[in-house]
Amino acid sequence: MTGETNETTTAPARFALPSRILHWLMAPMVIAQLLIGVTMIASLSYYPLLLAIHRPLGVLILVFAVVRLVNRLTHRLPPFPATMSRAERRIASWSEYLLYALLLVQPLIGWAMLSAARFPVTLLGPLRLPGIAPHDIDIYAVLRECHSVFAFLLFATFTAHMCAVLFHTLVLRDRLIDRMAVWPSKPASPEQDAAKA
Amino acid sequence: MEPGDHGSEHDDEPAEIKSAPPGLGPLTRRSALLGMGAVAGIAAVDVGGFAYAGGWLRPDALTPPRFADRFEHVYGQHDGFRRNHAKGLSATGSFASTGAGAAICRAAVFQPGSVPVIGRFSLGGGLPDQADKPDTVRGLGLLFQAPNGQQWRTAMINFPVFTDSTPQGFYERLLASKPVPGTGKPDPQKMAAFLDRHPETVAAMKIIKQSPLSAGFADSTFYGLNAFWFTNSAGATVPVRWSVVPRDVAGANAPGPSRGKDYLFDDLIRTLAQRPLKWRLILTIGEPGDPTNDATKPWPQSRRSVDAGTITITAVQTEEAGNARDINFDPLVLPDGITASDDPLPPARSAVYARSFTRRAEEPKSPSEVNVAQVLS
Repeated sequence: MTGETNETTTAPARFALPSRILHWLMAPMVIAQLLIGVTMIASLSYYPLLLAIHRPLGVLILVFAVVRLVNRLTHRLPPFPATMSRAERRIASWSEYLLYALLLVQPLIGWAMLSAARFPVTLLGPLRLPGIAPHDIDIYAVLRECHSVFAFLLFATFTAHMCAVLFHTLVLRDRLIDRMAVWPSKPASPEQDAAKA
Repeated sequence: MEPGDHGSEHDDEPAEIKSAPPGLGPLTRRSALLGMGAVAGIAAVDVGGFAYAGGWLRPDALTPPRFADRFEHVYGQHDGFRRNHAKGLSATGSFASTGAGAAICRAAVFQPGSVPVIGRFSLGGGLPDQADKPDTVRGLGLLFQAPNGQQWRTAMINFPVFTDSTPQGFYERLLASKPVPGTGKPDPQKMAAFLDRHPETVAAMKIIKQSPLSAGFADSTFYGLNAFWFTNSAGATVPVRWSVVPRDVAGANAPGPSRGKDYLFDDLIRTLAQRPLKWRLILTIGEPGDPTNDATKPWPQSRRSVDAGTITITAVQTEEAGNARDINFDPLVLPDGITASDDPLPPARSAVYARSFTRRAEEPKSPSEVNVAQVLS
């Protein structure tokens, strides 16, 4: 996005358009995936159906995560709002890196885990992915454990991220969420107020 | 991607916090409290929804972990072994397809030709070192590895019908059949109470008792029990139940020198040391009205069946890393052309097998009871 830095003086400081689109495309996928994952391991009747969705959705998330990483490395971020303290900014940055890491690693672990257990990695009908780990039950055990731990970590990080943004938006009312908005928002923003002042 | 790569032009303007944008109202104590309430509410829905979905807020829901727990409750916990059909022997062989199955199923395994097969003979129950008895349920798990990378896994037993029509029934029967310490047999009152509530199990057990009991693994017929949908290349779909029927039943079991603790497995090992064992794979095609959702009910004998080919078991191996020990014979690992029916058992089996597989994978492993080298020495 050329001209993004110029925009910040006339419009709210926002993430680049591709970043915002990727964010809101991935958010429902990741939330659905977490819910599907946690539901299927607790369900006798829906396990196969949910697993059949979980596999291709995981691969889709992996593809999006790679695209998003490239996008992240090629776009500059908007400045943090003044309502975020130095410590909060550090936490926000590191939790962002953690989310990127989990979104990339978690699908790969799921894929490798199925490979280690000799399961065919079926996506849709006859469409399959090749195995990416040796057939080894001990490797499966480690990967399966990691898949659970990282799922809880991903859920916790997502929840913290969502609550932090909502806290800023609903309590501090600094319109933090507008930075990631793909919907039209009022031109007024703290930055613009500051620019006017 | 360093924490500092966010711009920081506006770091030092705390006054901005108070300049709430128009439309959201001024930042008052009341609005802040309302906001915090909203955040807390959304967080509660988020965490609560996740916990509910995961079964942690539903202690009465029958989940795969609780199903696996029941096996451990009834049989004890035996690290590294399957929660059910714990005692077993790995096998290898092949399936030579006649091509006849292709008329009703497009799966590559039914095209004329041969595919490798990994199998596992087992005894029902969660005790990995139980003594072989003639009336203990015998199992055969098979994994057909088609050349296109697709797999077909099935776990069959030597009963013509299953004892339970629902996962809940199976779960309850497990507890009712738990041996009482004194007698080593199930509590008759508990079993009677269970059977009162489950007439389908009574009917199924009658059919099972009527079917002749074979001498060993080699001359056992194994039944897939559950109905599946088979779809051919023209897109026509029919309900199918499959079974594997032994060829050359006469003299199938080489009598061993003794009726030892593992005599069923020992006989199988000795027989296979002399010659391969063959079973015909029979696909039985259901007709409209035949139950596809109830494995306790047999289909009429008159149903058309297809001889899809011959399964040849050429060798057995002591269970160890890398062979059938490490395979989950999940009945829902199916090739393109076979899909699950409306039977509630296969989804539950798939879910509980997965839990059992994960538990035993994470536990320390110990040697299996049945040892091929010891039997042949």
